[in-house]
Amino acid sequence: MPPLTDKTWLWLAAACYLAGVVVGTIALWRERRHSRALMYAIVAAGYTFQTFGLYLRGLEVKGCPLGNTFELFQFTAWSAATLYLVIGSAFRLSLLGYFTSLLSSALTLTALAVPAWDATRRIGIFGGNAWIEFHAALALFSYGVFGLLALTSILYLLRHYSLKHKRIGGAFAFLPYIRDLDQIGYRLITAGVAILTISLAVGSVHWLRDVSSVASFKLVATVCILIAYSCALALRAAGRLVGKRFSVVCALLYLAALLSLWPINSSRPAAVTAPLPADSTEPVS
Amino acid sequence: MTPRGPYFFHFGASHQTTPLAHREKLALPPERAAELHARLVAAGVLHEVALVNTCNRVEFYAVAANAGALAHLELAFCELQRIAPADFAAFRQHTAGPDAIRHLIAVASGLESQLLGENEIFGQVKVAYEAAQASGTTGPVLNRVFQKAFQAAKHIRTHTAISEGQVSTANVAVELAITIFGDLSKARVLLLGAGEVGEKTAKAFQSRGAAALTVSSRTAERAMELARTLDATALPFEHFPHRLENFDIVVSATSATTVIIEPDIVSAAMRKRRARPLFFIDLALPRDIAAGVADLENVFLYNLDDLAKIAAQNLAARESEAARARLIIAEKADTLWQQLLMRHR
Repeated sequence: MPPLTDKTWLWLAAACYLAGVVVGTIALWRERRHSRALMYAIVAAGYTFQTFGLYLRGLEVKGCPLGNTFELFQFTAWSAATLYLVIGSAFRLSLLGYFTSLLSSALTLTALAVPAWDATRRIGIFGGNAWIEFHAALALFSYGVFGLLALTSILYLLRHYSLKHKRIGGAFAFLPYIRDLDQIGYRLITAGVAILTISLAVGSVHWLRDVSSVASFKLVATVCILIAYSCALALRAAGRLVGKRFSVVCALLYLAALLSLWPINSSRPAAVTAPLPADSTEPVS
Repeated sequence: MTPRGPYFFHFGASHQTTPLAHREKLALPPERAAELHARLVAAGVLHEVALVNTCNRVEFYAVAANAGALAHLELAFCELQRIAPADFAAFRQHTAGPDAIRHLIAVASGLESQLLGENEIFGQVKVAYEAAQASGTTGPVLNRVFQKAFQAAKHIRTHTAISEGQVSTANVAVELAITIFGDLSKARVLLLGAGEVGEKTAKAFQSRGAAALTVSSRTAERAMELARTLDATALPFEHFPHRLENFDIVVSATSATTVIIEPDIVSAAMRKRRARPLFFIDLALPRDIAAGVADLENVFLYNLDDLAKIAAQNLAARESEAARARLIIAEKADTLWQQLLMRHR
């Protein structure tokens, strides 16, 4: 039997996340609470497969697999699953597993369904610079945090709608408590802003050495995302942006962050198509 | 009843057939229950007997040599309770064999309760069984029937939605508060008005672990008296608008003829509460809280109609589950009855 490739593992991960969506949807449709342990196990299985797939891809591209849109989507989905596996057990949030499965399956399946996104594989994109690799991985991880924040924001909006419109039964009965959602949202935005700030701080050291190494669109887009999230955090901390409005802002900001990924990736210098010699590197993104 | 089987039967009266005034007469205080118990056992009429004695039912579950024991038990019960057997016959319920098992499981599952699906009855049946066990009046049949009935009742509560959703106004209010705050152990409750409705709701919040309760009423004495009863704090009525930000849940049940909480008061409180939500429960008629309060960010307002509607929805959901529960009961009771017959051979 031929060895399983990175793509096979990533397909398996996508299948697991999709299974989570199916289990959650059936439970909601039948107005029954799905087993949290089962959902956790499904996401954990998907996470394990995805970790292994990304590990194999990392070996292939000689670094953190963040070289094309396919890898960016995969890594973002992986980050969201990582956080769910930590937060999901700590906060016992019903439906969060379902929404994580939904987000991760959407990201992984979309990435797998568009072959063009994985047509070029950049090898050694970080030029052996561990700090740049760390910067890129952290930045993407913060996107995973913001992804989960967007999910909890959507859950918040649903719960808010159910309470304001007095619709407590049916699928709404499975939504988490509104105060828990608010507190988790606050913690997530704090964590996301902190991680993205560290990431950009690390990246800025390299940028100051070689200003031309970073495309201006990428720089502007990333800084704008950080500023926007920081403003939302500051307003939330001051009690000026709370409840429904905070959740709407977080959901919209994530949409903007996600949309900025593709042009950020496209703004990189011309790619070198795999396979490449082992010593081949390209300018750092 | 199959002639081959043990004569297992249930006999008694419950809220389903007996009006409250008569149930009061049928109620068996523990000492009289013990007396009846001793008398029946001494007479050798019953092989095994257990008595389920709650405010809504007095029921005997017994095993005897033959059906004649039922008449004996009935007579002894009426004599002890000083009721004419003819009067009692109007309320009396009786089942035997697999039907009696079905009845016991249905009772333990809350299907025969006044509040469909309530949980308390399970514990009451368990206490009744343990008391019978302690007095040595249970035997192989009752032990098996009761233990299997408990298992079946647990199965029904787990696998059907018979106990899901609150069906009383006070409990619906508490359930809603939990939906907002999760854990109530940090939630501070303000009760406006010292009437019965408010008191009942406040007690429901206390029973679910609310952190602190404050009572405020236009009649200061009544507020203080209720605060003493509920182990709460009293707050002068004129002060509550300025202290609103300190509370997470406000239960309003005054007899005021006009609105006492306007949006501007709440708006001012919310500015101080920052991101913390505020939950208003308006149990008054006419309403105490202006409808405009519900439009404020992070404020949730429910009135009597809202709570009653949710309670009715929950009850309807429970009722729709009752048919499913009865199918499970029939299956479990028949299996158990067959097992009893096999053992009896």
